[in-house]
Parts: sequence; C-alpha cells; structure tokens
Amino acid sequence: MIDLPFFVDSLTTLARGIPLTLQLTAMSVLLGAVAALGLALMRVSGFAPLDLAARFYIVAFRGTPLLVQIYLIYFGLGQFPELRQSFLWPFLREAYWCAVLALALNTAAYGAEIIRGGLIGVPAGQIEAARAFGMSRFLAFRRIILPQAIRLMLPAYGNEAILMVKATALASTITLMEVTGIAAKLISQTYRPIEVFACAGVIYLAINFIVARAFLALQRATAWDRKPPALRNVESTRHA
Amino acid sequence: MSHMRRNAEGGALDYFRLMGFGPDGWGRDMLAATGMTVAVSVVGFAIGIVLGCLGAAAKLSRFRALRAAAECYTTVFRGVPDLLVIYLFYFGSSSVITAVAAMFGASGFVGAPTFLTGALAIGVVSGAYQAEVFVGAVQGLARGEVEAARACGMPPLLLFRRIVLPQAIRFAIPGLGNVWQLVLKESALISVIGLIELMRQAQIGAGSTRQPFSFFITAAALYLLVTFVSGIGFRALEERSMRGIRRASG
Repeated sequence: MIDLPFFVDSLTTLARGIPLTLQLTAMSVLLGAVAALGLALMRVSGFAPLDLAARFYIVAFRGTPLLVQIYLIYFGLGQFPELRQSFLWPFLREAYWCAVLALALNTAAYGAEIIRGGLIGVPAGQIEAARAFGMSRFLAFRRIILPQAIRLMLPAYGNEAILMVKATALASTITLMEVTGIAAKLISQTYRPIEVFACAGVIYLAINFIVARAFLALQRATAWDRKPPALRNVESTRHA
Repeated sequence: MSHMRRNAEGGALDYFRLMGFGPDGWGRDMLAATGMTVAVSVVGFAIGIVLGCLGAAAKLSRFRALRAAAECYTTVFRGVPDLLVIYLFYFGSSSVITAVAAMFGASGFVGAPTFLTGALAIGVVSGAYQAEVFVGAVQGLARGEVEAARACGMPPLLLFRRIVLPQAIRFAIPGLGNVWQLVLKESALISVIGLIELMRQAQIGAGSTRQPFSFFITAAALYLLVTFVSGIGFRALEERSMRGIRRASG
C-alpha cells in the first residue's frame, strides 16, 4: 500500500528546497525585525505624524494578502520606466530579492505591533526611576526598556517567525523553487498529491519545530534574572 | 472583453479610465471578482466553522484517540503552508475526477471545480484555527457555572445549550474575527488554481493591459476595503454580544 521508495525519493527531492526556504525565512525575519523596531518606535514616539504614518503602514500591510504584496513588487514595479532605469533595478528584477523585500515588509507590520506591545509592557515606574536616577532617555531605553521588552515579546515573535516559514511558500508563485515550489512541480509530474503533501508537510513541521525550539532557547537565554517563563500555548492566529 | 492595450505611462486620469466603468474600463470586472473573493471566503469560513466545532469537540472529548486525532489535524494544518494545502486539494480531487472520467472513456487531465476545491482547502485550514478558538472559548467558561447547572440537575445536552454555548459564542467572537481576516487573505491563494477571484482578475487585467501596478494596487485597495468593513462588522457583533456584561476596564 505505502510506496516507501517513492516517499524517500520525494523527500530527497524536496529537501533540496530547504536551504532556500530557510534563507528566505531568516532574511525576511531579520530585515523585518529591524523595520518593525523602527515602526514600533514611531508608534510610541508620541509624535502624531510619525504615529499616524506607522499606523497606516501597519493597517495596509496587515489588511491585504501577502500574495498581492509580492505581485505588486515583482510584477507591478516594472510598470515604472523610471524605476527600470534606476540603480535599484538589478535587485528588483530578481525574484529572490522581490520575495525577501515583500516578506520583510509584510512581517514588519505584524512585528511592529508585537514590539510595541513589549515596549509598553515595561512598567512606567521603572522608566521614571531610571530617569530620576539621571539616566539619559537613550541609556534608559537601552538598559531598562529594551532588555525587558525583548523578554516580553519573544513568545509572540516566535509565532510570527513560524508564520514566516509558512509564508515563504508564496515565493514559489514568482518562480522560486523552495520546498513548496518543488512540491508543486513534483505533484504535477507524478499526480501523487497526497504522498508529496505528506513529505512536504513533514519538512515544514520539522522546520517549525526547530524554529519554536530556537525561540524557547532564546527565551531562556534572555531570562536574565528570573526563571524561564512557562511555555504558554500562545494562539498562532494573527491578532488584529 | 475587448480592452485596449495602453501605454505604460499614464497619469491619474488614465488610471481612473482604466478602473472605471466605461466601455474599456475594468471596474465592473474587478468588483465582480471582489464578490467572488467574498463568496469563496464565506463558504470556506462556514466549512471552517463546522470543522472547527468538530475539532474542538474532539479536543475536549474524554477519548484519547479523538483528542490525538484532533491534535494531529490542528498541528498539521496550522503548520503547513496554505498554498500546499490548496495544491493538495486541487490535484487530489482532480486525480480522482480524472480517474473516474477515464472509466467513462475520457482521456487526459480533468480539473476539479475550482470554487469548490478552493473553498474546501481554506475551510480545512481555517477549521484548524477555529478549533483552537472554540477550545479557548469553552475553557474560558467559569467552572462554577457548569457545576451549578449540573447540581441543578440539568442533563448534559441542556447544559450545553443553555450554559456553555451562549457564553462560548461570546468568547469566540474576537478569535473568529481574526480567523475571518485570515481566510479573506488566504482566498487570494486560490488564484493559483484558476478561480477568477480578485487576485486572478487583477492578473488577467495586468496581463492584457501591461499595467500590473495599477491592477495589483487596486486589488490591494479592494482587499483593504473588505477587511475594513468586515472588521467593523465583527466589532459591532462583539459589542452586541457583550451587552449587559460588566467589565473591569472599558
């Protein structure tokens, strides 16, 4: 009944897509986190125009499908001849960089709210105390706010990273052969969707498991002064 | 549909003519496609509610086998990319249909109906998320109320209908709102199997006018409109369900 050699074949074929899936995930999560920090700081800046701009960005990117964002960047930007002649074109012509850009811009919108949650989760009294102690705003941010905010937001950010692993599958729609791209090709060649799905599913679940573990390890490493926080079953739906 | 091919350079005026409702405008097609997006999302979401209820019931059941099966379902479909699930359903049902057609003497690949397979695929994925929402909602119930109802002599079904269900629905609404937004955005992926919803329509327009940015930005705006309006709807629903409930903070 179960065709073991076919499973082994599929797994080895699909495994060739793993490096690209991981690369896309890592690049977009890292770049996205930097942008997210910027957006979160704009949100908490207390300066209305910055706050409003960040809000608009977040609503726009969370309210539209990632696929639209990818197509806008990969197919849409070519509509402008000015851009085609600019120094950015060698990057924007490449499906790889378009995918990284779209994924990073997308995750930045979700990450910004997570980071903001962490930043405002730091008790106001501590910040007041730091300021009263003579710390500059920047020093207080670096020593008091950021370390605690990181600890507060890590569980949610772990979920976001796992969502990004899944999101990289959309890169296959713009010709990138990561795990899902290879799976789609394999399915249309072999007409054995269930077996191929099972193999690709195993790969994704394994990657997710490792990412979740990595974030747990990070949580433990950043529990500088207290016991590691209990593993909570955080909902992985995206919160509005 | 005979649409003029336009020059890539075009100002705002050209854009409005392109997306307008005139003879060579795409406005009607884009709006119809938005309707298709909403329709396939609603059907998918409804399938998800059914599967989510079954999943939640299995997760809360006394039998270990049921709990394990539900755990497996939610883990797999929340952990695997939606695109892959759509491929699975489309090619899976197509190969069954092709095999049946071959029995009747047809040859070659027969595609499955895209609306149905698409709705089914996002239904199965959203069901996995909704199962988690429903489990959380039932667990949010005060234990004492269930005990009190049981002490009053309510049979299990009546207890479920009168005590558990009304409150669980209230707790589930915010989570369901999130899943709905997820489903709406996921429905864009059904374009890969050829259903002419908003995303696919934008691709068609982009291909025949060579103005991809105009079409995809319009699609984005329409998605935003739908998420925005349904967000208001869910908030109103939440407010309505919370009538008469005292809350610690506004």
